[in-house]
Amino acid sequence: MVNLTIDGKQVEVDEGSTILQAAKKAGARVPTLCFHPVIEPYAACRVCVVEVAFRGKNDLLTSCNTKAEEGMDVRTASERALRARRLNVEMLLARAPAAEPLREIAKELGIEKTRFPVKDPDEKCILCGLCVRACEQIVGACAISFIERGTDRHVSTPFGEESEACIGCTACAHFCPTGAITVEDKYGRKVIHDEMYLGPTTAIRVPTRQAVPMVPFIDKEACIHFKTGECKVCAKVCDRDAVNHEMEDTIQEIEAGSIIIASGFKTFDARRIPAYGYGRFPNIITAMEFERLVNASGPTGGKVLLANGEEPKAVGIIHCVGSRDENYHAYCSRVCCMYSLKFAHLLGEKTKATIYDFYIDMRCFGKGYEEFYHRLLKEGTKFVRGRVSEITTLALTEKEEGKLIIRVEDTLLGAVRRIAVDMAILAVGMEPSIDHNRLAKTFNISCSQDTFFLERHPKLAPVSSFSDGIFLAGTCQGPKDIPDTVAQAGAAAAEALALADLGKVELEPITAVIDDKLCSGCQICVGLCPFTAITYKKDEGHSEINDALCKGCGTCVAACPSGASYQKHFRDEQIFAEIEGIFLI
Amino acid sequence: MNQEHFEPRLIGFLCNWCSYTGADLAGTARMVYAPNIRIIRVMCTGRVDPQFVLKAFREGADGVLISGCHPGDCHYQEGNYKAMRRHKLLSKVLEQFGIEKERFRLEWVSASEGTKFQQVCNEFTEQIRGLGPLNLNGNKGEHHEQRQA
Repeated sequence: MVNLTIDGKQVEVDEGSTILQAAKKAGARVPTLCFHPVIEPYAACRVCVVEVAFRGKNDLLTSCNTKAEEGMDVRTASERALRARRLNVEMLLARAPAAEPLREIAKELGIEKTRFPVKDPDEKCILCGLCVRACEQIVGACAISFIERGTDRHVSTPFGEESEACIGCTACAHFCPTGAITVEDKYGRKVIHDEMYLGPTTAIRVPTRQAVPMVPFIDKEACIHFKTGECKVCAKVCDRDAVNHEMEDTIQEIEAGSIIIASGFKTFDARRIPAYGYGRFPNIITAMEFERLVNASGPTGGKVLLANGEEPKAVGIIHCVGSRDENYHAYCSRVCCMYSLKFAHLLGEKTKATIYDFYIDMRCFGKGYEEFYHRLLKEGTKFVRGRVSEITTLALTEKEEGKLIIRVEDTLLGAVRRIAVDMAILAVGMEPSIDHNRLAKTFNISCSQDTFFLERHPKLAPVSSFSDGIFLAGTCQGPKDIPDTVAQAGAAAAEALALADLGKVELEPITAVIDDKLCSGCQICVGLCPFTAITYKKDEGHSEINDALCKGCGTCVAACPSGASYQKHFRDEQIFAEIEGIFLI
Repeated sequence: MNQEHFEPRLIGFLCNWCSYTGADLAGTARMVYAPNIRIIRVMCTGRVDPQFVLKAFREGADGVLISGCHPGDCHYQEGNYKAMRRHKLLSKVLEQFGIEKERFRLEWVSASEGTKFQQVCNEFTEQIRGLGPLNLNGNKGEHHEQRQA
């Protein structure tokens, strides 16, 4: 620990701290420009100059890069320090009169105008080199540096040309204290990441403000550290030391009594229906994207806007995209009607747009759902019954120019209609999650024809799978809305607990047994058993089946050449008797 | 027996987890299919001993169906692969006995494929109807008499 005096105040700081840190601790304000806590101090701007009395000498020192030492007497606002600071600021002001933070410091110090000649009244760069140091120390790209000398000195890439070393991270612009560096996507090379496909975001982020768990994650694809090995700014600024760049994915083995599978769903990829133009035309968005758009924490702050920033005058909501369609999924995704109605309601609340709702059948099956539909009918949403055949930009009349034209057969009207809208929302259906097939293989779960997991019985065991101790919850078993999912998840949890509470496991009643008197010890069965339940007892010269491991498939029984192995309840004699008797009736 | 009124007698060995449930589904969904098949439930197609098939033919079956889970979907991981191997070998043996290999059929019907089970039964029945009765050792006549008695 080091003790020193700041403006007459005694302060104790850690060994190796700078005077600036000590001043901050003492509550004294020292202005800075070229200082940034995550970059090595360089003392380029010299605005942070203070007067230090130490070992009988009285010096003017830059506080950002001078180590605090025992017995120092620092005066941050002495007459001498202020005079020096004013002169430094005046000289900087002559170089960069347009730098806003510099002008603020000047104002604070009572400087109205610089005494020195101004070269360029629009100049902002104070030549502090923070950008250069950031590019070198933080990013590790070393793409920019000072070039030329004297009054021509400025920051640039080598020869002022487009640099291959620049990775377009925009860190230089971020660190620049005066806003002298601006970002321009001139070559389209910059890495700009989409927040749920709708806007730029950072490499370390919380996915959405409603995310669970509410913690940030690092996007490896975008993070500078994983490109150049440098940066780690997030780790440096985190005072809880919570950021760890060395973390790797780990595989953990957890012993569990029962397993509840709740692997959920993914939405139908609307690109699979080319006629709907998703991905080809602007302003055709999926339900998830619209959900993000109307969210108050979303990219537009909850405003419903078109790609050009204007408010839409007409919006079409298209139901059953990928559902109830023989070409894609024959099943009904169950949730789309209701969320589409919610969208129509939100659009009515947030915009003055005419809202069209294209549906095949309105399936408002739940509690209070039908009432909501009736409310929407009264709110003036225009419901068109019929499947949309295509969305096109091919205008036939002047009115349709520049709009999305939805072609649909209005089955209630008995006519084909063309409806021009500014925005189309595709109510995409549900599909099993990406890992669905792998999970099915891992857990040995059958899938029903719609590819969702098959429950043991549609009425009597709707949350169980065919394997004991494995339960299903939510949309992995079939499309369902939140209330249904919560109900099923509760049931699955109760079933799992009931199994755990029992404290014992029921063995398979149907297992195979080897009669050791008949067994010749040929070991054919040993290799056949998929559960490694059979072991050969060398000393006794016969094989034996472990009751706890045997699942009772009977493969070994069918293979036993000496008839020593038999399956309980499915003995050879029993099946022979069945075969004999089967034609008697 | 009159050839025109020949009703094939088929035995199906169905695995408990896929095909038996699939057949159950065909039933609960009230699908109509040929009534010629008699089903014997086994836990897994891997349990089907070649002896069962031979016995079934000896007892007067005109065709034998083994139906289990789709490859990779076996409840017991790989019982259906064992059945597939045995089916291949046994078909050869049957041919040497003078039993057409078409009479011994292996199918994969999952628990959700009620329609496939219906289709398999109809197809198999028609196929065997085309082949005619097996008449192995005149056994059929014996049973016929028994039934009438």
